[in-house]
Amino acid sequence: MSRTRTERLVNLVICLLSTRRFLTAAQIAATVPGYEHDPEDPKDHEAFQRKFERDKAELRDLGVPLEMARPNAFDDELGYRIAHREYALPDILLEPDEAAAVGIAARLWQHAGLAAAASSGLAKLRAAGVEVDPQATLGVEPVVTVDPAFGPLTTAARERRAVSFSYRVPERDEPAVRRVEPWGVVCWQGRWYVVGHDRDRKASRSFRLSRIVGNVRLTGRAGAYQPPANEDLIEHVSRWSGPVAHNGRATVTVRPGRAAGLRRWAVDSTAGADGDVLTIPYSDPDRLAATLVGYGADVRADGPPELREAVIQQLKEIVARHENVAAT
Amino acid sequence: MPQQRGAPPKASADRLGRLLNLVPYLLARPGIAVADAAAGLGITEQQLRADLELLWVCGLPGYGPGDLIDMVLDGDRVTITYDAGIDRPLRLTQDEALALVVALRMLAETPGTGNRDVIERALAKIESAAGDLADAPVSVRLPANAERLDRIRAAVDRGHALHLTYYTATRDETTERTVDPMRMLMVGGKAYLEAWCRRAEATRMFRIDRIDAWSELDEAARPPAEATPADVSDGVFHPGPELPLVTLRVGRGSRWITEYYPVESVRPDGDEWLVSMRVTDLGWAQRLLSSVGPDVTVTGPPELLERIRAQATTALDQYATPDR
Repeated sequence: MSRTRTERLVNLVICLLSTRRFLTAAQIAATVPGYEHDPEDPKDHEAFQRKFERDKAELRDLGVPLEMARPNAFDDELGYRIAHREYALPDILLEPDEAAAVGIAARLWQHAGLAAAASSGLAKLRAAGVEVDPQATLGVEPVVTVDPAFGPLTTAARERRAVSFSYRVPERDEPAVRRVEPWGVVCWQGRWYVVGHDRDRKASRSFRLSRIVGNVRLTGRAGAYQPPANEDLIEHVSRWSGPVAHNGRATVTVRPGRAAGLRRWAVDSTAGADGDVLTIPYSDPDRLAATLVGYGADVRADGPPELREAVIQQLKEIVARHENVAAT
Repeated sequence: MPQQRGAPPKASADRLGRLLNLVPYLLARPGIAVADAAAGLGITEQQLRADLELLWVCGLPGYGPGDLIDMVLDGDRVTITYDAGIDRPLRLTQDEALALVVALRMLAETPGTGNRDVIERALAKIESAAGDLADAPVSVRLPANAERLDRIRAAVDRGHALHLTYYTATRDETTERTVDPMRMLMVGGKAYLEAWCRRAEATRMFRIDRIDAWSELDEAARPPAEATPADVSDGVFHPGPELPLVTLRVGRGSRWITEYYPVESVRPDGDEWLVSMRVTDLGWAQRLLSSVGPDVTVTGPPELLERIRAQATTALDQYATPDR
C-alpha cells in the first residue's frame, strides 16, 4: 500500500471512530483527505466509489467493525461509523506469569497461518500494555501442529454449517465423499479429529483430519443444526482406544541378554536351563504371538498352548510368504 | 483461516494493522526508547521512525494542530501526547482468538508443565477478552505418564545432569547413559527429553516412556555449544537418504502401517500396495515387519529378506524338538 493510501485509511478509521452519527460516503469524501473528487463528473465519481469500496474491504479484512445504517429516516443513502466499544480490545490484566504463558503459547504453533495469527494476537495484547517476557520457558512445551482441514472445520463448527469432504481410509481404494454436520474438533493422543453428525450414516461419527483429501467444502447456511448439549466430544474419539485388560499370563523363554524390549513387559523373570523364563501379561494371544515372532530364535513361547500354536502358525506363514520372493 | 481466502495484499494490511497498534503500544509506555519499542514490536528502528512520521500527519477531521496525533520525540525517546481516539488496540480477530485459545488449551493439557493453574488463569482472561470468539469448538486431551514426567521435569528445571537407563527400540537394547538435558517437549502426543548424550556425543531425543530408570546427578547440566535443538515441526524422525530403503508388498489389512510409520512412497498394485520406507536399523525392520501381520511381504533389500527368512526358520526349529 502506498503511503498515501495508508495515511488515508488511518484517517478514515480515526474519523469513523470519532463520529456518533453515521457518515455517508459523500460526507466522508468531503472530510477525509485522499477522497477529493468531483461528484458531478461520472468518471471521477466512479473512481472514488471503487476506491472507497476497496478501503472498506481492507478495514473489514483487518477486523475493524464497520457499522452501516441509514443516517436518518429521511436519508436513502447508507452511512458508516465505528463504535469504539466494538473496536477496542477489552481491558485485560495479566499477571507477569500469566503473560509469559500467553507468550509461550503464541510461539507453539508450527502451522504458518495460525503462527501468524497467534503473533498478531499477541502484538495486540502488548499494545494493550501487557508485558511479555520473551525469555520465559515452561517445563514441557507441546509442539502444536494441525492438518490443513483444521481451519475450515473449526469455522464450520462455530457457524454450524454442514461440510463435505473426501475421506481416505487405508482399507479402501478410493476416497469417499462424507457429508457431516461438525460439532467440534478434537485433539486426542496427538491426532486431530472432527466429531459430528454424519448425514448419510444418520449417526454421530468422528473423522481423522489427516485422512481428509483436498478441500473441505462448507455447504448450506449458517446455523443449520444444533449440536447436542454437554457432549464430551473427546469421549467420541477415545472410546475406541480404551485401556485393554491384560489378564492372560504367558510363559516365554528368552536367551540371556536378548530381547530387551520383551523383558520390559515381563512381570516376572527367573533363570532357566536355556535362558530366562519370563511371565508376560497379555490380552490377545495372536497379538502377543506377533510380537514374539519378531524376536525370532531369541524367544520361545512355552505356553499357554494357544499362544504356542499362534507363534508356530505365524512363523510358518512368514517363511512361506518370503520363500519365493525375488528381491527387488 | 488463511487457506479459505484468496491471497490478500498482505504487506499493506500488515502496515495498517501495525500503525493502529503502534499508538496504543506507545501510549502504554510513555518515554520508551525508540530502539526498545522497535525491538518490542519486531520492526527496525528505521521502520518505526517512518511509521511515526506517517502518524504525525493523521488525526481528527479538521486536521489542525490540535486534531493531529501528537508526540514528543525527545532524542531517542518517544511519548504520545495526543492519540486522536485510537487509544486501544483492535479487538482480536477470529483467527487470533482461535490461535491463542487453542495453543493455551494445549499448554494447559500438557502434563508436566508444572504451573497449570497459571495457564488456566491466562486462558480464562484471554477468553473473556475475546468474547464470543473465544468459544472455539476445539477440545484437547494429551495422554502421558504425568507423574514420571513431573518428576523428570523438576530435575531438568534444577539444571542437573541425569543418568538414564534407556530402552532404544531401534536396536532393542537397554543402555546406561549420562545426559545433559536441554528441553522437554510433546510431539504428536508423546513426551520427549531432548538432551546432549555424553555416550553418543550428540543431541538425542529420549522418549519419556522408554526411560526405565533415572537418577539426578550432583553436577550441572552442561550441553556443549554444538548441542542445538532439533526442528520437530514435522515430527521427531527425519529419515535421511543415507538410511537403508526397505520395500514391501502390503495387503489391505495392513495398510494402516503407512499412517503410523513415515513412508517414502506408496504405489497401488492390484489389491496390494507397494510401499517403501527408510529405517535406521535392519534389525528393527525385521522385528517390526515380522510382526505387523500376515499380509506384509518384504521384497528388499536382499539382506533384510534373508534375515527374516533365517530368523523365522531357526525360530520354527525350536518347536520341532519340544524338549530342546
